[in-house]
Amino acid sequence: MAHLPFFPEQASSHAKDVDAVFLAGMGILAFFTALILILIVTFLVRYRRGTTAERDNAPNTSLRIELLWIGIPLIISIGMFAWSAVVYYRLYSPPADAYLVDVVAKQWMFYLQHPEGKREINELHVPLGRPLRLRMISQDVIHSFYVPAFRAKQDVLPGRYTSLWFQPTRVGQYHLFCAEYCGTNHAVMRGTVEVMEPADYERWLGSGSSEGSLARQGEQLFQKHHCGGCHGPSQNVPAPPLQGVYGGRVPVTREGDPSTNFITADDRYIHDSVRLPKKEIVAGFEPMMPTYDQTELSEADLLKLIAYIKSIGAEETSK
Amino acid sequence: MSTTHELLQEPPLAEHFDDLEQQHLSAQLGMWIFLATEALFFGGLFCAYTVYRRMHWIEFVVASRELNVAAGAINTAVLLTSSLTMALAVRAAKLRERRWLLIYLAITIVFGAVFLGIKAFEWSEDYERGLVPGSLFTFPFRPEFAGFAEIFFLLYFLMTGLHAIHLIIGIALVATVAGFCARHQYVAQGENLVEMTGLYWHFIDVIWVFLYPLLYLIDVHR
Amino acid sequence: MSVAIAPEERMARSYLTDGYNLKSWLLTTDHKRIGLLYMVSITLFFFVGGAAATILRLELMTPKGDLIETADAYNRMFTLHGVVMVWFFLIPSIPAVLGNFLVPVMIGARDMAFPKLNLLSWYIFMAGGIIVLATLIAGGVDTGWTFYVPFSSMFSNTFVVPAAAGVFIVGFSSILTGLNIIVTTHTMRCPGMTWDRLPLFVWAQYATSLIMVLATPVLAITVALLAAERIWGVGIFDPRLGGDPILFQHLFWFYSHPAVYIMILPGFGVVSEIIPCFARRPIFGYKFMAGALLAIAFLGFIVWGHHMFVSGQSMYAGFVFSIISFLVAIPSGIKVFNWTATLYKGSIRFDTPMLYALGFIGLFTIGGLTGLILASLAVDVHVHDTYFVVAHFHYIMVGGMVMAYLGGIHFWWPKLTGRMYSEWWGKLSALIVFFGFNLTFFPQFVLGYLGMPRRVYEYTEDYQILHIMSTLGASILAVGYLLPLSYLILSLWFGKHATGNPWSATGLEWQTTSPPPTHNFEETPVVTEAPYAYDPVVAEAEYRASLAEIEERPRVNHT
Repeated sequence: MAHLPFFPEQASSHAKDVDAVFLAGMGILAFFTALILILIVTFLVRYRRGTTAERDNAPNTSLRIELLWIGIPLIISIGMFAWSAVVYYRLYSPPADAYLVDVVAKQWMFYLQHPEGKREINELHVPLGRPLRLRMISQDVIHSFYVPAFRAKQDVLPGRYTSLWFQPTRVGQYHLFCAEYCGTNHAVMRGTVEVMEPADYERWLGSGSSEGSLARQGEQLFQKHHCGGCHGPSQNVPAPPLQGVYGGRVPVTREGDPSTNFITADDRYIHDSVRLPKKEIVAGFEPMMPTYDQTELSEADLLKLIAYIKSIGAEETSK
Repeated sequence: MSTTHELLQEPPLAEHFDDLEQQHLSAQLGMWIFLATEALFFGGLFCAYTVYRRMHWIEFVVASRELNVAAGAINTAVLLTSSLTMALAVRAAKLRERRWLLIYLAITIVFGAVFLGIKAFEWSEDYERGLVPGSLFTFPFRPEFAGFAEIFFLLYFLMTGLHAIHLIIGIALVATVAGFCARHQYVAQGENLVEMTGLYWHFIDVIWVFLYPLLYLIDVHR
Repeated sequence: MSVAIAPEERMARSYLTDGYNLKSWLLTTDHKRIGLLYMVSITLFFFVGGAAATILRLELMTPKGDLIETADAYNRMFTLHGVVMVWFFLIPSIPAVLGNFLVPVMIGARDMAFPKLNLLSWYIFMAGGIIVLATLIAGGVDTGWTFYVPFSSMFSNTFVVPAAAGVFIVGFSSILTGLNIIVTTHTMRCPGMTWDRLPLFVWAQYATSLIMVLATPVLAITVALLAAERIWGVGIFDPRLGGDPILFQHLFWFYSHPAVYIMILPGFGVVSEIIPCFARRPIFGYKFMAGALLAIAFLGFIVWGHHMFVSGQSMYAGFVFSIISFLVAIPSGIKVFNWTATLYKGSIRFDTPMLYALGFIGLFTIGGLTGLILASLAVDVHVHDTYFVVAHFHYIMVGGMVMAYLGGIHFWWPKLTGRMYSEWWGKLSALIVFFGFNLTFFPQFVLGYLGMPRRVYEYTEDYQILHIMSTLGASILAVGYLLPLSYLILSLWFGKHATGNPWSATGLEWQTTSPPPTHNFEETPVVTEAPYAYDPVVAEAEYRASLAEIEERPRVNHT
């Protein structure tokens, strides 16, 4: 990680865009600071006490000048806003085909799991050039996933998924930090992101013992928690079947509200259906689902279940 | 009371003011700014309430049903009437009718105390039913909603509690002013004091006018 | 008028000599004495917070935790630094010390509108301060001054509730100060002191007070909710129990963003008094300067979301908060440009207050423009919660507010105490502060862009060189702050007696004696002209006359 300690490495597709906005901002800063400095120094020298400089007819106010220095900063501000907003929009719009890695943050570590089932702690291996989306959740307090070389940062919240995406553009090892103060060992909640050549990455994925893909692990959890008892084909209590649900529209009702709303069965919906099952009930079913809190089903396991439900959704729609 | 006597009773002008008008204006403006602060003080709670009512709508409805709507309604009537008597007290002060002023202030105090009494009764009822948030909280009516109902009750106790603290201060203020007016012959300063206290009292009333429908009547006005 | 009175006689009649016992200070309702009570208290808090900062900087010289051995100790230390500096130094600094002392004098009033409330506000301040200090002695808090939930409410096992109580209580002291200043400005102005003749210092205190009165109660209720969650375990903010941690951030920043303008607007006021006086020119664009103060106070209420660009709030909320944050640049730009234009065709003197004011303009320009970089959504994603942010707000708060506070203290020191300080030491420490400040905080911009996160006691070795520079600067800065403390205190015994108007300044505060009598003026002044009626052409003669008058004064107090 040896580099000149005055500018960070650019290792993602965002980095150049963000740096461009930053350098433009620094340029504006340098210009105005220099302008003010030169003006002040000139005046200080020229009009210091005792000089014979001409001092008559000094203006006390001037609408034109005031409008000038209202107008110019206004134009620059709107320009800077528009430019940075466009880049920001891209930072928060992951491509649909991005490779999905799960992040579970807790005091004081990042736990990551790849769709192929590989798990890591405080380290993230990613293939070069492939857009990667992180689906993140915290088990306790607010953390923040931050990779300076990618110019990417997103708070990781408890109870809610947030996401972050980037496309690595350079092979190497980069710092990974928790950027949101999260308690005693916040300082050491850090790690490394390693960008690898795709071939190396495939080799790395295949190495070590793997318990099968995330969806496969999710299926095992599905059986372990007897989810199939209600949601499976041989259901003894009526519960909505889960095949083909993921990504579709689900009719839900809320108690006291006679209308039925259609909502998308996304990660949030499945997460909340496990954690707060009384909130959104599929139309036509009784609210029988028990609540699973973190002690019964960790956030990491819940992500595996989601992967499983997503996989059976995909099978269904592909048939 | 003779004119001379009244002149002798001119209110004390604090030495840093030029005249009584300036003193009066300052007190009035100060009270309005204080009320603006108070509005934002309650505003934080109203904001939290609004957010959670949206997030946990049905739980709030269910929790709200456990409140004593009748007691709340009586209290609303009591407090609104007290505002009327307070307004009459201000009028009496302006007309320099000292006897009526004292009578209206006394009635206002009584109404304030009645409100607090009914509120205390409600709270003790809530307490017995285990609705006070914390380790004793139980929500047997719909156990599956207990968590969110607890948020409702926390907000309920914070909002009504804060309101009650304000009302206690209000009663103390009215009592002090009444005592002042009873001890002294009527003086113009009494008029100021009554007016300031009136502003504060009406503010407490207005807060309750928002609290009552928001907390008690969720189920009714949707 | 004042020239005819001998210095001894003047001292004999001043507010300082109106009672010598403890009671005459602790039960005073004189706004000037209350201002001094505040000055002594916040100086104490400044050096408590400063000592913490020094320890933090020394620790950060090396990448490993060695000076402070445990992470917990470091976390408590930076929380202490933040809480003490924000609520017990910066917020009361100029408003409660200089504002308290000067607003009534500047508008020709005999006192604040509510003298007893004024004294009460100091007692509330001390009560909050003592609670916070006791909390720190008992073991401290480790949540950071922002008290982010659910860490503070459910996870931290330090004294969060007492600290929150201290913050809750001290909030009421700033509400009372703000209320007093607003009412005083409205109702207590002397004849002729119309709104467009109000000194910009008073405008700045007025704008600040509006923020204090309208934002502080929201903080109070927010920390009350935090305490309720912590005490009763109800999920107001904890998502596991149905709460929303982002709501806390919204409520917190709804106060705390306006609050950072409480920490800079009064500084604008001070600088707007100093620059015209030492440039011998009326302030350029008075109406725009006053309008800009109110505009910043107003915009301050609707930009809080820019602290939350990566918090998970909606992207569209981010857009709105970003554009409004950019707009703050416009009134800020008006101020900087107008101060600069005031120097044009002036007759400029370089006394200590002027050095601080000039330093303020430079540092505020950098601090403000880096604020624009932070308002740029895309860049903020990268630098949020890094040292870039730390450097930015220290440029505003230390480079801006503390410089302005010191400038103001030097400018009005003769008025406050009736004594002149040593000009040579004054200039020297102003230069030391400026140099030390830049060496401390400029490297932190670089560190931040390199990605160094805040609030860590250990870091990776590649950041060390910049940290060493920063620590070096901090030690110089510490000297720069200890020097004024020493020579200002010494001036109370050894300084020359000040005249009523040692800087030949305009403004009502200079028309009374130094120090002023208890009721500020022998007779109520009448204002007949616009503020800042300086004339660069006659400047030289005024200056020499004033200097000569001070020179004649004996150094020792004869009374």
